[in-house]
Order: sequence, then structure tokens, then C-alpha cells
Amino acid sequence: MLGFTVIGSFWLEVALKVGVLRRAKRAFLSIFPVSIFFIIWDAYAIAQGHWFFDRTQIVGIYGPFDIPIEEFLFFIIVPIAAIMTIEAVTTVKPHWRKYEDNK
Amino acid sequence: MSYSAIAFTSALTFAAIDFFILKRSLLKTKYFWTSYAIILPFQLLTNWWLTSRNIVMYSDDAITGLRIASAPVEDLFFGFTLILGVLHMWEYLGRKGMQNK
Repeated sequence: MLGFTVIGSFWLEVALKVGVLRRAKRAFLSIFPVSIFFIIWDAYAIAQGHWFFDRTQIVGIYGPFDIPIEEFLFFIIVPIAAIMTIEAVTTVKPHWRKYEDNK
Repeated sequence: MSYSAIAFTSALTFAAIDFFILKRSLLKTKYFWTSYAIILPFQLLTNWWLTSRNIVMYSDDAITGLRIASAPVEDLFFGFTLILGVLHMWEYLGRKGMQNK
């Protein structure tokens, strides 16, 4: 399913030259602080049993706080996909962002 | 706190910060909502896949029980908060001139 998200969004990198992967530093600094919050949330939810995973359907590698590796990848790939989407939108409609900048 | 409580609180908090505190609201822009409208169907599809196949399961005590595309409605608030937070950071760093094209 993460592969699906990659396929669904990363073509924008090539087709529209959104250049998100090229701007890795900005992407990393955008994602990292927000993901920390979500990893804490994830750790709490797993510890409390709010959600749980079918062990036969995940690769079975766990990071800190018993969080499956898929979850860490989720918090990297989904934000990148979102950034690519907003960059794609503002590539096609540049004036939408420029208008905001001139306010 | 239940998943419902955390999801609704964080989505509302993030939205309120965007709306009332930050000078550059994203929730008032066309380009944010256009992007979100593109992301949402993919999120629903992903949620549906992960929940209908029971890859991820939820405790009945932690959710309201209201489901959209097989996933708890809380997941939409979770995703909205994640996307809004990251895009704010991205836009902020861009305005600061970091790797701005």
C-alpha cells in the first residue's frame, strides 16, 4: 500500500518537475517535527491498544516503542506525497500561491 | 484518551492554529483545498485497503464506530492533521527561502 502511494504521487516529480526529492533538506525539516508528534501518538495508541496490526501482514520489523517499520515509512512517504501534490497544484496554477504571497 | 478524543482534538487544534494564530493560513487558500481534494480519495482508498483486509484493526473502545470506506472516521482527522502540519512547515521554510525552487 505504501508502494501504491509512491506510484500515485511520485510521477509528479518527473511529469511536473515539482522537485520535492531534489529539495530533500526542506522536505526533511518539514516532515521531521510533525512526524515526531505522530510517532508519539502512534506509540501511545499502540501501547493503549487503540489500534493493532495483523502480524501476518506486516514484515515484522519493529522500531522504537514497538512501532512496525511500515508506520515509520508511512510518516515519511505520506507527507512527501502531500508535498508533491501541493507543489503540483501550484506548478499548474502558480498564481494561486503568488496571490497569497502578495497579500 | 481514546483515539476519537485525540483525533478530534488535534485536528481542531491544528485548524484553530491555522485559522486564528498563523499569519499565513492554509485553510483559507484555494491551493490547499485543491491539494486536499486530490489527496482525500487516495487516503480513502488506502484506509479502505488497510482496514478491510484487517491489516490494521481498532479497539471498539477507542473509536466512535462511525466508519467511512471501512476505516474509522477518526483516520480522516488523523490524516488531515498530518497533512496540514507538514504543508505548513513546507510553506514556511519556502518563504524563509530554503530551497525555494
